[in-house]
Amino acid sequence: MSEALLQVKDLKVAYGGIHAVKGIDLEINQGELVALIGANGAGKTTTLKTLVGMIKPAGGEIRFDGQPTARLAPYHYVSRGLVLVPEGRGVFPRLSVAENLLMGAHVRNDKADIAHDMERVYHLFPRLKERQAQLAGTLSGGEQQMLAIGRAIMSRPKLLLLDEPSMGLAPIIVQKIFEIIRMIAAEGVTMLLVEQNAKLALETANRGYVMESGRITLADSAASLLANEAIQKAYLGE
Amino acid sequence: MDIFIQQLINGLIVGSIYALIALGYTMVYGIMQLINFAHGEIVMIGAMVTITCINLLLDLGVQLPGPLLLLAGLLMAIPVSMLLGFTIERVAYRPLRRAPRLAPLITAIGLSIVLQQLAMLIWGRNYRPFPSILPTKVHDFYGAAITDLQIAIFILAFLLMGGLFFLIERTKLGRAMRATSQNPDVAGLMGVNINTVISMTFVIGSALGAVAGVMVAANYDQAHAYMGFMIGLKAFTAAVLGGIGNLAGAVVGGILLGLIESLGSGYLGDLTGGFLGSNYKDIFAFVVLIAVLIFRPSGLMGERVAERA
Ligand SMILES: Nc1ncnc2c1ncn2[C@@H]1O[C@H](COP(=O)(O)OP(=O)(O)OP(=O)(O)O)[C@@H](O)[C@H]1O
Ligand SMILES: [Mg+2]
Repeated sequence: MSEALLQVKDLKVAYGGIHAVKGIDLEINQGELVALIGANGAGKTTTLKTLVGMIKPAGGEIRFDGQPTARLAPYHYVSRGLVLVPEGRGVFPRLSVAENLLMGAHVRNDKADIAHDMERVYHLFPRLKERQAQLAGTLSGGEQQMLAIGRAIMSRPKLLLLDEPSMGLAPIIVQKIFEIIRMIAAEGVTMLLVEQNAKLALETANRGYVMESGRITLADSAASLLANEAIQKAYLGE
Repeated sequence: MDIFIQQLINGLIVGSIYALIALGYTMVYGIMQLINFAHGEIVMIGAMVTITCINLLLDLGVQLPGPLLLLAGLLMAIPVSMLLGFTIERVAYRPLRRAPRLAPLITAIGLSIVLQQLAMLIWGRNYRPFPSILPTKVHDFYGAAITDLQIAIFILAFLLMGGLFFLIERTKLGRAMRATSQNPDVAGLMGVNINTVISMTFVIGSALGAVAGVMVAANYDQAHAYMGFMIGLKAFTAAVLGGIGNLAGAVVGGILLGLIESLGSGYLGDLTGGFLGSNYKDIFAFVVLIAVLIFRPSGLMGERVAERA
C-alpha cells in the first residue's frame, strides 16, 4: 500500500499562547474528497492555513506527496500541488476575472496549457467567461466563490483545500457551488473540504473528520457520520 | 500672454519630473502601505553620481558629445540608485514588515537623514554645478522659450511612465505586483514570492528616481546633498494629490503640482503686491499638501486610504 497523498501526524498550531490545533492526525488519499466539519472556532481554518504554509506549525509532521512540507516558504506550496481556496474567497478585487485566473497559474510557464485550462474553467463556470474582463470586486459573492475555485484549479493542484465555500451564499448558489465541487472531484482532483454546512459536506464527501476545539474527535466514512446520532444532533440539526 | 505660456511649459516639465518621483512613492505605498521618505535621497544620489561620473570622464579627457556623456553618467547612476533602493528595503524595512506602522515610518525619516549626511560626506555641502555639456539651443514656442533639454526631459519622462504602465498592466511581474498590493497573503498562496515583488518595486521606483534626479540637476544646472528633501516632499505631495497608491494619480498629481507651482509663482508677485516674489514658489506645494489632507485625503483618484490607516 503506497503512502497517502497527505499525511498529518500530531499537528499542533498556536497563535501566541492560544492553542488552536492540539495535535491532530489526518490522512487523505489520492482521488478522495474528504470533509472536515466542526463548530465555529474548532480550528478548521487554522488547519488549512497550516497545510499551505501560511502559518508555521508548533509541532507535528506534515508530509505531502511523499515529502515533508513544514520548512517550505509559503510561495513554494502551490508548485508542490497544494492550493487553498481561502475563507472569504480572497479574490483580487481590482484584477479582472481573467487576470485572477492567470494568477492561479502564476507558477506555470506552459502558455498553451494555461490557455487550455482557462477554457476548462470557463467551461465549468460559463458565468466567469461572460465576465472575464470585469473587475473581480464587482462580482456577486457566488461568482467570486466560483472565481476563487477556478483560480485554484488553474494551478493544477494535486490537493485542493476549500475553506467554507458556502459561506454567505444563498441556498440556490450553494447547490451550484457543490455541483461544481462534485464535477471537479469527478475529474479526479483530490479535495479537503471544510464546511459549516456539515450535511451538504458529508453528502458530497467520501470520508469525514469531525473537529472540536482543536482536536479530531471522529473520523469515519461520510455515510457513517451522516448516520451517527451524535453527529446528527450536534451538526446536522436533526 | 507669453509669460503664461512660458510658465505653462515650465510647469509641464517640472511636473513630469515630479510625476516620475511620485510614482516611486506611490508604488511602494501601494504594495506595503509605507511612505518611503528616503526616496528623495535616492533621487539626489542619482543626480550626484551622474555629475561625478560626467566630471570624471571630462577629467580623463574623454571626447564624447554631451548627450553621450550624460548617458554614461545615467548608466552609472541608475544601477547605484537601484542597488540603494534594494538595500534600503532589505536592511531597513523588511525586518519591520510586521511592526506597527509608525516604526517603518520613523525608520524612513531616519534613513533619509543618514543618506543626506552620507552624501554630504562624499560630495561636500556646496552646490555642485551640472557640467555644461548639453546643447543650450533655445526654441521659440508661441513667444515662450523652450530648450532641447526641456523637450528631452518631457519626452523621456513620458516614455518612462509609459514603460512603467506597460510593465504594471501588461506583464506577469506587473500582475503579480498588483495582486500583491491587493492581497499579499493570497498572492503568496498563488506562488508569488512577496519578497521579490517588494524588492522589484523598490528597484523600479529607484531607477525612475535616479533618472528624475538627473533631470532636476540638468534642468536647474545644479545639485546638492540636501536637494532630496524638497524634491521628495514635493513629489510626495504630488502622490498624495493624485491619491497615494494610484499610479495614474501620481502622474496627474505630478503634472498638476508642477503647473500650480509654476503658474502660481509666476504671478505670486502680482498676487501679493510684490510682498512675496517667485522665490517663494515652494509654498505652493505645502499649501496643496495641506489642502488635500484637509479636504480630500484620498486624493483626486485615490482609493480608500483612510480605511487602511
Ligand atoms: N490570527 C489569530 N490570532 C489569534 N487567535 C486566532 C487567530 N485566528 C484564529 N484564532 C483562534 O483559533 C481558534 C481556531 O480558529 P479557526 O479560525 O481555525 O476556527 P474555524 O474552525 O475555522 O472556525 P470558523 O468556523 O469560525 O471559521 C479560535 O479559537 C480562534 O479564536
Ligand atoms: Mg474558519
